[in-house]
Amino acid sequence: MEWEHIAESQEFKHLISIKTKFTIIALIFSFVYYFALPLSVGYLPGVMNKKVTGAINIAYWFALSQFFVAWIIAGIYARVANRHFDPIAEKIRRENAEGVEV
Amino acid sequence: MNWLAIGMFVVFVGITLGITYWASHHTKTTAEYYAAGRSISGVQNGFAIAGDYMSAASFLGIAGLIALNGYDGFMYSVGWLVAYIVVLILVAEPMRNSGKYTMADVLAYRLRPKPVRTAAALSTLVISTFYMLAQMVGAGTLIKMLLGIPYEASVIFIGIMMILYVTLGGMLGTTWVQIIKAGLLMFAATVLSLWVLAKFNFNLVTFFNGLSAKYGQKFLEPGLLYKNPIELVSLGMALVLGTAGMPHILMRFYTVPTAKAARTSVLWAMGLIGTFYIMTTFLGFGAAYFVGSATIKSIDKGGNMAAPLLAQMLGGGPNTFGGEFLLAFVSAAAFATILAVVAGLTLAASSAFAHDFYVNVLRGGKADEMTQVRVAKRTGVIVGIIAIILGILAKGQNVAYLVALAFAVASSANIPVIILALFWKRFNTTGAVAGILVGLIASVGLMMIGPSVMGKAAIFPLSNPGIVSIPIGFIAAFLGTVLVPQRSESNIKYEELYIRANTGLGAE
Repeated sequence: MEWEHIAESQEFKHLISIKTKFTIIALIFSFVYYFALPLSVGYLPGVMNKKVTGAINIAYWFALSQFFVAWIIAGIYARVANRHFDPIAEKIRRENAEGVEV
Repeated sequence: MNWLAIGMFVVFVGITLGITYWASHHTKTTAEYYAAGRSISGVQNGFAIAGDYMSAASFLGIAGLIALNGYDGFMYSVGWLVAYIVVLILVAEPMRNSGKYTMADVLAYRLRPKPVRTAAALSTLVISTFYMLAQMVGAGTLIKMLLGIPYEASVIFIGIMMILYVTLGGMLGTTWVQIIKAGLLMFAATVLSLWVLAKFNFNLVTFFNGLSAKYGQKFLEPGLLYKNPIELVSLGMALVLGTAGMPHILMRFYTVPTAKAARTSVLWAMGLIGTFYIMTTFLGFGAAYFVGSATIKSIDKGGNMAAPLLAQMLGGGPNTFGGEFLLAFVSAAAFATILAVVAGLTLAASSAFAHDFYVNVLRGGKADEMTQVRVAKRTGVIVGIIAIILGILAKGQNVAYLVALAFAVASSANIPVIILALFWKRFNTTGAVAGILVGLIASVGLMMIGPSVMGKAAIFPLSNPGIVSIPIGFIAAFLGTVLVPQRSESNIKYEELYIRANTGLGAE
């Protein structure tokens, strides 16, 4: 099995480059959005305590939005992985299936 | 004694023991014992991950935190879902593609197996012990309150049940216990939160206006529980990174046939876990509104009885059939929750000892299937007995901080090493061992000299050491690699792991 050969192939390099790009962007966005919550309720209480709908304040909507943002990022990941990562990985698997030890 | 609740619980135990008996016929090989023969579907595994993860601490504890502290309790619950973004994007699929049963399998692929397996087994055992001890003590206390069974009796009973599930049913039996528990818990939470919302005509604004009128707007604002934002960030870091380093969660990815199924399972788990935590808000706020925080506090200072009391109140109040029935149902669901979580932890601990340490370190990987399964089962029994003894010894101790400690260790000792092993070409054995040991010592040490253990005399100011111990773990892994270069380890092994992890080539 020529692992180096696969590592040097255009297909594998392309897979890694699109995966890395997606991973970095998605994780940075998730972390910034998540840690913005404790930091803003800690340091910007005036803004966060502002009531927007009845007694519900910005702090509550911000915390609730975290769930939906996490779901949306997960959904985007699934879409990108299904459409762009899987076909390339599948091709590499097919082309190199012989001689790989499980 | 609450006979109705005990009756419902007996039904749960009966069904799960039946499943365990069925699963015992499919638990002969190591792949079956540790990974359910990789036969679990993505959706099933999603339910099982949720069942493994949503502990009694989250169901009863967070509802109580919200009922007593309002907004801050809700904010605390957010990190438990966000953590799965890291699991989904960074670890689930590479782990499935390149490992067999444990986290150490992935490390041992490219690094020298004996030292990294020993270190990884140690951190897994430490994390499982802390987390399990917190569950056992919490369970003993809760069951005493919910069912009226003495503390020691419930700890022994839980210990025996988890030994039975794990040693007879293996991963297959444990998985189904977790799936059933997740279904039960979701059902209970959904019924209760819809009931609460129905009282306000499904209008969130009316609900919050009511809370504000009853407890004042302060209750809906941050600051009642957490005074220090840095503490919260530190807690958040340990939760968000630590989940991806929890051995009982990582182990679940080996039970599905492909990386794609691992991905599906995280997506389902996120749907369930997120929905559950949003509903917990309605339970906590609902309990504050309908039961009242004074009543909740009078029964348990920590607020753990908020959700069960809410159920009782919605059903018609104490001493009505509806009230007692709902209380019994929620109590039984909480008991089921505890059992499913400790079973998962027992399996993770026994795999670390039997698969990583005994078979691959002591026996150099040379043990036949029968011996491996036998050792794994015996380890499961020993882990269960140790958990019972520690649980009884820790009676009356405040062990809530052990949950935070388990996440701190997972994020500081395991995560740096997992990430660097998968993504850094130069990483070597010294770096891995240094990362695990230093991360472990830093997180435990900082916890010991922090306010959770030393109270006001604390030397380290934070109860959650993550913000310091996670960087220490990364730095130790980095320095170990750079300062002690190892020429004997070729980069070819890394390339092989990297290709396997990213494509699934040659995955079992």
